[in-house]
Amino acid sequence: MSDLSYVRAEMLPEKAPPVSTSGAVGWVRENLFNGVGNSILTILSLFMVYLVLSALLPWVFSPTWNAASLNDCRTILAGHEGACWGVINERWPQLLFGFYPNGSEEGTVDQRWRPILTFVLLFVAVIPVLFNMISRRMNWVLLLGALGIAFVTRGGVLTMIIGVALLAGAAYVAFQLFNTNKVDRAEEIASGAKRLPNPLIFSAVFPFLAPWLLWGGSIWGPIGALLGFVIGALVFRAVTAVAGSLMGIIAAVLSAVIWWLFLMGGFAWAMESIISLGLEPVESRKFGGFMLSITIGVVAIGCSLPIGIVLALGRQSDLMIVKSLCVGFIEFIRGVPLITLLFVASTLLNIFMPPGSNFDIIVRVLIMVTLFASAYMAEVVRGGLAALPKGQYEAADALGLDYWKAQRLIIMPQALKISIPGIVSTFIGVFKDTTLVSIIGLLDPLGLSNAIRADANWNGVVWELYGFIALMFFVFCFSMSRYSMYLERKLRTDHH
Amino acid sequence: MSTSIEFDHHADRSHMSVSDKVAIEITGMNKWYGNFHVLRDINLTVNEGERIVICGPSGSGKSTLIRCINRLEEHQEGSIIVDGTELSSDLKNVDKVRSEVGMVFQHFNLFPHLTILENCTLAPIWVRKTPRKEAEEMAMHFLEKVKIPEQAHKYPGMLSGGQQQRVAIARSLCMMPRIMLFDEPTSALDPEMIKEVLETMISLAEEGMTMLCVTHEMGFAKEVANRVIFMDAGQIVEQNEPNEFFDNPQSERTQLFLSQIL
Repeated sequence: MSDLSYVRAEMLPEKAPPVSTSGAVGWVRENLFNGVGNSILTILSLFMVYLVLSALLPWVFSPTWNAASLNDCRTILAGHEGACWGVINERWPQLLFGFYPNGSEEGTVDQRWRPILTFVLLFVAVIPVLFNMISRRMNWVLLLGALGIAFVTRGGVLTMIIGVALLAGAAYVAFQLFNTNKVDRAEEIASGAKRLPNPLIFSAVFPFLAPWLLWGGSIWGPIGALLGFVIGALVFRAVTAVAGSLMGIIAAVLSAVIWWLFLMGGFAWAMESIISLGLEPVESRKFGGFMLSITIGVVAIGCSLPIGIVLALGRQSDLMIVKSLCVGFIEFIRGVPLITLLFVASTLLNIFMPPGSNFDIIVRVLIMVTLFASAYMAEVVRGGLAALPKGQYEAADALGLDYWKAQRLIIMPQALKISIPGIVSTFIGVFKDTTLVSIIGLLDPLGLSNAIRADANWNGVVWELYGFIALMFFVFCFSMSRYSMYLERKLRTDHH
Repeated sequence: MSTSIEFDHHADRSHMSVSDKVAIEITGMNKWYGNFHVLRDINLTVNEGERIVICGPSGSGKSTLIRCINRLEEHQEGSIIVDGTELSSDLKNVDKVRSEVGMVFQHFNLFPHLTILENCTLAPIWVRKTPRKEAEEMAMHFLEKVKIPEQAHKYPGMLSGGQQQRVAIARSLCMMPRIMLFDEPTSALDPEMIKEVLETMISLAEEGMTMLCVTHEMGFAKEVANRVIFMDAGQIVEQNEPNEFFDNPQSERTQLFLSQIL
């Protein structure tokens, strides 16, 4: 049987793959012209793309940017097909800001710097949460720079001085940032060099700063609201040390609620009468356009994730009452269309409120959209929880971690990672659903587009407006989608 | 297959002393899953430093038994006292026992989102409140002991099964447990990797760790155990010191079992 005997004398070295399957040529052959059928399909598809673009591009590139009305456009185009971009040129500020004071009315000042600043600060606040590739100092450069520019452009001697000081600070930090390389800095930090405060501090302050910037009023209101959390945290720390974490939580919540309900108003009033500091108030009905969509979208997205997590955990709880409350809430909200909830917000709620009370319409809508998104989020997170092997819970238990620590350190990081695609889909859905508020009379971009088309100058413009709105929505939604893919890649731990 | 594994060094059992202090005392313990009576009248006393191997056919309740010892499963009758603490619905006692008792699972159950080092330091930092630096030094010490310090900054998914199981052992050791439970630690491993895990367990036994081990590795049982327990249908059928157990099994059920696996 010597035929069957074989011994390899030496192991084979690794070889590069054949050229025909790698490189640009390999890619084209593999992906576009892989057989007769596929080649035909490729050519057909290219032809289709050509057809669409040859019809669309001439329409898009039409010289109507400065037209003052639809008739103007027709004159300029002289019978050719083309878009009428004049409407966007004239109305884009309105599509972005709605009726936010722009100084056109008698006795008003242009306030649109406030939503712009809020939008810029939103990114500064969100960057340290979403990315860890930007250094702490870079974050402070962005923050100081944004605030500095805002102050400098306000005019007035005092604000100018503050603005210049902030910009100088930003420049100083930036100078340091570009003068030390990463490796040196890492060594300095390891050897205990002083660092700037964590930029997450600003991320925590932003939720209080943003409403003040948008709606205006006294600054002591938001500071009072923020103080409620600070008081809660202090009470929690004090009570937990004496009476355990459950009592700590109860005492913290109680003290914060007491502060908000009974003491905060007095505090804000007293401080306001000592140091009057505020922005001109802007009413909710002046809000509109993408500013409104983004406000509703960001609040709903930001609040629905934590609420959704709590609901998902509640749904898995062994405690009967907690569980049935969560299941009831989730199933009820998911069983009702968002429109219905919005109608309840706009009309029914007023009936139940004490007469004369004025509950801001945008706040009502915010609550409804947030609750709606939370119910969906809870189910997405529950999916992630269900996908985790039981062994993870057991390993956490066996190591002696208590429920909350196990959730925070072991279960949630993994469950949320699994649910990223679902979570981001829900985010995108919520953001697009904000257009539904036009039905209850809020002027989001779609609501405004109707108002614009009612103008005699632009009666008949459809594609341009909707195209512009669609493009803006696409930019936001596509960014979210790309971010989720980046996050999934970053969190992947299975190879290399 | 199980008996074919030969160990590089033979454990010298003479210095593995067993103290007469009781580590675990189980008396009259019964457990049901619904109506199914999984554990029936279990009485078991484990002394400090004892190394016990529990074997038996699948479904005989051996995993359930050791999972009751750190209350991953609740028992309904009888008492389990671990290191002087009785396991009851009192969560404080449960947490206390769990931090004293290490457990190694069949499927490793490492935390895939954390590096090897983070897997090992997590519980010391969050449960024992050990400072991070100290916890990391301790983790490296135990990773060296299980012979994989160079993997400390990788993720579990990048390691082989045998390496993962050794990390799982190191992770348990980082909590400085007085008792270690092993729930079929080698059953999910390739034959090549079983040996590296068993050797780690042997070296642990040589240091006098109290060990309860559910396993089908009879070679390991002969090598290190000072008592082998055979379970069937939720009850302890026979227990003896290993030589007697393997050479001269008393009950018919044990004889049948041994004839099938040896």
